[in-house]
Amino acid sequence: MVKKDLVLELKQKAKDLRKEILTMVYKAQSGHPGGSLSEIDILVALYNYKLRIDPKNPKWEDRDRFVLSKGHASPGLYSVLADKGYFPKSELDGFRKINRMLQGHPELSTPGIDFAGGSLGQGICFAVGIALACKLDKKKCKIYAMIGDGECQEGAVWEASMSASFHKLDNFIVILDKNQVQETGMTKDVMDLGDVSAKWKAFGWNVIEINGHDMEQIVKALDKAEKLENKKPTIIISNTIKGKGVSFMELNYKFHGKAPNDEEYKKAMEEIEKINIKSFK
Amino acid sequence: MRNTKKQWKKLKKLILNRSNRMEVQKIATREGYGKALVELGKINPKVVVVDADLGDSTKAEHFGKEFPERFFTMGIAEQDMIGAAAGLSVSGKIPYASTFAVFSERAYEFTRNIISRNKLNVKIAGSHAGITTGEDGKSAQAIVDIAVYRALPNMVVLQPCDYIEAEKMVFALADYNGPSYMRLHRTALPLIHDNNYKFEIGKGEILREGKDAVIFASGTMVHESLNAAEILKNEKIIVYIVNIPTIKPIDANLIIELAKKTNCVITAEDHNVIGGLGSAVAEVLGENYPCIMKRIGVYDKYAESGKPDELYKKYGLDSQSIAEEVMKVVSKKK
Repeated sequence: MVKKDLVLELKQKAKDLRKEILTMVYKAQSGHPGGSLSEIDILVALYNYKLRIDPKNPKWEDRDRFVLSKGHASPGLYSVLADKGYFPKSELDGFRKINRMLQGHPELSTPGIDFAGGSLGQGICFAVGIALACKLDKKKCKIYAMIGDGECQEGAVWEASMSASFHKLDNFIVILDKNQVQETGMTKDVMDLGDVSAKWKAFGWNVIEINGHDMEQIVKALDKAEKLENKKPTIIISNTIKGKGVSFMELNYKFHGKAPNDEEYKKAMEEIEKINIKSFK
Repeated sequence: MRNTKKQWKKLKKLILNRSNRMEVQKIATREGYGKALVELGKINPKVVVVDADLGDSTKAEHFGKEFPERFFTMGIAEQDMIGAAAGLSVSGKIPYASTFAVFSERAYEFTRNIISRNKLNVKIAGSHAGITTGEDGKSAQAIVDIAVYRALPNMVVLQPCDYIEAEKMVFALADYNGPSYMRLHRTALPLIHDNNYKFEIGKGEILREGKDAVIFASGTMVHESLNAAEILKNEKIIVYIVNIPTIKPIDANLIIELAKKTNCVITAEDHNVIGGLGSAVAEVLGENYPCIMKRIGVYDKYAESGKPDELYKKYGLDSQSIAEEVMKVVSKKK
């Protein structure tokens, strides 16, 4: 049974950070709001409930790792890292601006960043390497990697899914942010992934499927994935909605990589403000 | 059959010639790579090797046999191999990632975005480089690898000219914290160096003193150039032969110094003339000491199947072709 207080606390945090994401992208007039809003609930749960990390010591050797393979969704991750104190919140205002820390896509030099993404299909392979090293060193840490559903069109994702399974990386947990939309349209219309759950099962993975906006399900899934040490890697297929929380961004491919204008920003912030966290999922 | 004295003499001569030929020890650079990995693995537990189903050819398999727990087979999946190597490197390992030079290029975007961009400590080795790869033909003959890796910020690009140099490079790279590409060859090459050889990243090596011209050569072409120097000597043309094992960062000081001494520069490489050693030398001279120059290499085309020596002759990379080009360029000087 998941504690009600914990779930509410995480939900409130996700609501607050949705505003940070929108503000960051609005101020930069550039960036990727859609995929940040779809991933934020699970990121909040990871960083505030699951990951063994120390924001005061970002390079702590035995930390759990989080690899954002879908690096364009950096606003979501930056909002969480700032909230955790990896860097001052004021840095969020400099997102995508020259001579500032927060680059369009993550950089390893930014505290808390474990992977410099931006080219799809790479982070998951990189995470396989970290997981192999942790196994070799008999470390207890877990390696988490988040990929997108559009990203699954990259062949390298399946190279990694094969090798993680072959090398029995049960310290490896992939989260598929299945937000259904990519740059030019619905994923099913651009290149349908078919039965993605069956595909990962066939590649030898434990598959957990959830509603990625339902905090109670997220927490349960993260607990379950952590305990499944059965010589198999685990994937959490997180069914989400791109742009979740802002009606006109939801499942709208135009907000994959576009910032809201003044009017849209105002409306979006009002909508987020009105979210009732008790019923949000 | 009864051997006459004369027949015996003939046979003895034949045997002697054969054994003489065998005395010139020939061994491939990839063998040096494989051997050195094992030796390095013994003294450095951080060293790991990732392989994309070509360990038997790259000779990385020797490491796998000695240290199976530190040898990761990634299948025929170069992108995953390079990505995983990068992940291993940020976890404190020193990964050597080897495959054929051409196939390493399949993961080029991974190398750019993960390894080069973040200056990660990954050692890529591309074997079977150049048209010397021979019979496998165009698909397997890497002739742009130096160009593409050289263009990546932070990358060190190396090419040994013999087994010993390959060994020394593997060790030098372990002490160097940063990304690199090391170019290896299929064919056996004569030994130029012995174990006392000191390889240093970024330094060229004068193998033969000269005065009329200088040939900067790398890899297999060092041997062709040394032979060309003998041919040229008969024509009263005395050339410097300089081994350039580090194509990036190139030994600019040595290049400028010898250009000033000779005013006649030739480069020799088994690679496209665009983007490789010839380009690197031209960049240095263009900005510092413009002089007569000739690039010898593959002239912006693909080769074909054939024996390495046949290909070198046809595509103008053999010692005779080099000597002829040097004669032409030296005559321009006068």
